[in-house]
Amino acid sequence: MAASREAAPGTVTAAAFGVGGLFVVGALISIFIAAGTHDAVMAFHATLFILFFVLGIFAIGKRHFDAQERTPEPPARDGINYHDGPIRVATIASLFWGIAGFLAGLYIALELAFPGLNFDLAFLNFGRLRPLHTSAVIFAFGGNALIATSLYVVQRTCKTRLAGDLAPWFIVWGYQLFIVLAATGYLLGVTQGKEYAEPEWYVDLWLTIVWVTYLIVFLATLARRKEPHIYVANWFYLAFIVTIAMLHLVNNAAVPVSLTSPKSYIIWSGVQDALIQWWYGHNAVGFFLTAGFLGMMYYFVPKRAERPVYSYRLSIVHFWALIFLYIWAGPHHLHYTALPDWAQTLGMTFSIMLWMPSWGGMINGLMTLSGAWDKLRTDPVIRMLVVSIAFYGMSTFEGPVMSIKAVNSLSHYTDWTIGHVHSGALGWVGFVTFGAIYCLVPWLWNRKQLYSLALVNWHFWIATLGIVLYITAMWVSGILQGLMWRAYDSLGFLEYSFVETVEAMHPFYVIRAMGGGLFLIGALIMAYNVYMTIRGHVREGEAMEPAPAGDGQLAAVGAK
Amino acid sequence: MSRFTHATIEKNSILLLVLTLIAVAIGGLVEIVPTFLIKTTVEDVEGVRPYTPLELAGRDIYVREGCYACHSQMIRSLRSEVERYGHYSLAAESKYDHPFQWGSKRTGPDLARVGGKYSDEWHRVHMADPRAVVPESVMPGYPFLAETPLATHDMQNSLKVLALLGTPYSEEMVTETMSDLYVQQNPDEDYDPMVERYPGAVVSNFDGDPETVTELDAIIAYMQMLGTLVDFSTVERSTLVQ
Repeated sequence: MAASREAAPGTVTAAAFGVGGLFVVGALISIFIAAGTHDAVMAFHATLFILFFVLGIFAIGKRHFDAQERTPEPPARDGINYHDGPIRVATIASLFWGIAGFLAGLYIALELAFPGLNFDLAFLNFGRLRPLHTSAVIFAFGGNALIATSLYVVQRTCKTRLAGDLAPWFIVWGYQLFIVLAATGYLLGVTQGKEYAEPEWYVDLWLTIVWVTYLIVFLATLARRKEPHIYVANWFYLAFIVTIAMLHLVNNAAVPVSLTSPKSYIIWSGVQDALIQWWYGHNAVGFFLTAGFLGMMYYFVPKRAERPVYSYRLSIVHFWALIFLYIWAGPHHLHYTALPDWAQTLGMTFSIMLWMPSWGGMINGLMTLSGAWDKLRTDPVIRMLVVSIAFYGMSTFEGPVMSIKAVNSLSHYTDWTIGHVHSGALGWVGFVTFGAIYCLVPWLWNRKQLYSLALVNWHFWIATLGIVLYITAMWVSGILQGLMWRAYDSLGFLEYSFVETVEAMHPFYVIRAMGGGLFLIGALIMAYNVYMTIRGHVREGEAMEPAPAGDGQLAAVGAK
Repeated sequence: MSRFTHATIEKNSILLLVLTLIAVAIGGLVEIVPTFLIKTTVEDVEGVRPYTPLELAGRDIYVREGCYACHSQMIRSLRSEVERYGHYSLAAESKYDHPFQWGSKRTGPDLARVGGKYSDEWHRVHMADPRAVVPESVMPGYPFLAETPLATHDMQNSLKVLALLGTPYSEEMVTETMSDLYVQQNPDEDYDPMVERYPGAVVSNFDGDPETVTELDAIIAYMQMLGTLVDFSTVERSTLVQ
């Protein structure tokens, strides 16, 4: 697929025939499975596959006929004909799934405060909605943002069009199919029961195909770059793509019960499965939610601040240290468990060391603002990006602390972990993504400016307040519950029954839900702002802002 | 080409890819591979057996409903945990768990040794309406489990796949899957051969209705065996050193 360079308008390339042929084969396999299965969910999912392939074939055909009539998009100012259509789709998808994911999060937060909201319905119960929430925010919101920004950044920093013509479209729409399969599967009870890796075997296989295409397109675009150096953001994106592929394949290795059943059993078992799961799970954080988003930081922060990256040397040191150290940290999820002590100690040691490269990244991001700190006052988008880096620094300090066995004995199994994850997820991943999308939307749709910076400002403050409520509530409830579990009375008996510790959580669950609600409101404001920007409107009295050029020069740190 | 600097890597995407892969592969290899090779990683204790078909079906429902999102099955080796839940969990106790269900959060209590702590009747009421027996509970109700007949179409295949993955299910166990599944929830049947195949299996009319095998039968059968297989009064302490 990557071989289909820019064909002349109207020609059906060999690649288009190839992809169309593969789609026909895919549709036939799906029909076979739909006909042969005893499982309603499998039949439903096979139907979704058929729909995808049929629409795909239709779209390829339509693209061919449209190309004969339509004049191609004019090249960007630097004369390069960038491939931005799929990026626009992924950007909107990120925002759409983000709001869905935040809403699911708010709902399950309310379920914990008011269990009546489960309504005794299978698809509404906390156990099924929780993976829906985590997958929606990590893989759908975060994943689409990563796909959008990586495909944008790699083109601009390599001064070349994306490799492949249909392949980038396949990545984006194939990824949306993955999300729909995973999400509907959870609601209908199809899950393999591994945290952050819940999709079943056939969904995993589909993601593998999409992901390998992603890797090939990214590499092939790097290979045709016009710049001698590969820009630092791309190192991080590449490490994210390739490491996630490795983790995904090993952690999800499974044998299906039959080819027409959604059910499978993971190859690994017990203690080894636990170790492999957290090797995967922690590095989903390390590579999906950190390395990928650092790639985002390395492009959008210098771009928006119009300053070069602070230190080239620091970016080299912290890149290699970060990717090498992160992979060891998984066992800190298994302290005092049946995992052998040596592995726990190793995981803890490397987690503490990880503090250094993490802060290396934070320093490099923050110090890029040198000489442009005044923009914190005038540009709420910069403010969002800077605060995201501050949250990154905070949660990558908290993480090593919690990985220390003595601390972990208190924090593990409690809401402290949930709070920690959300300071990273809402503060770092959320804000850096919001900042990047606020930059990206005017560039992608050729608008001079956002509809309203004042609304960005509202988004920033409402969401920040939400995060603060969320994290503080979880610190209090987590530490409180941890202490109650280990409290002894004067006679040497455990002081509290388990359910007393559940009861004590109630007020904090209510506060947490309020925090989540504020974060959701912020995202809705953003959606409105983005919608109006795409429509080409500017809010009354806000027409100004020096337009940052999306295709302009970036002071590449790599280019010495 | 002059001498090798970081610029050499920055100018070669394949070199960057290969070096990245090497950097991210090392940690996993060093930590994961030894746990397969070092024999004491999984303790050598008596009593741990494969799940009966009914227990396995219950476990599949446990996974399906995402119970691990709120319940751990891993008692840590801390005084307060051992006093609350019982002997700390051994690796051996989950060696047939595909996937493991140790969990990472205790919104509800640990379930590693919940087996035998409550009656079947308590579980029936609790599953239908948790707040009927624990007023402060925040657990969702699962009344639909009692009304849903257990889907057994792929049950035999499940045992075959697990046998393929190393669980010691004998050919006889695979052949007898359906009858073993039925008799475990109907004490009026001849269940001795089943108990012989699965020592220590609890036979009971879990959901109160011996005629239909429901999802409630399966989940209670699973709950009632959790953590009961190892008799710690007979375990030599030295065998627990990993």
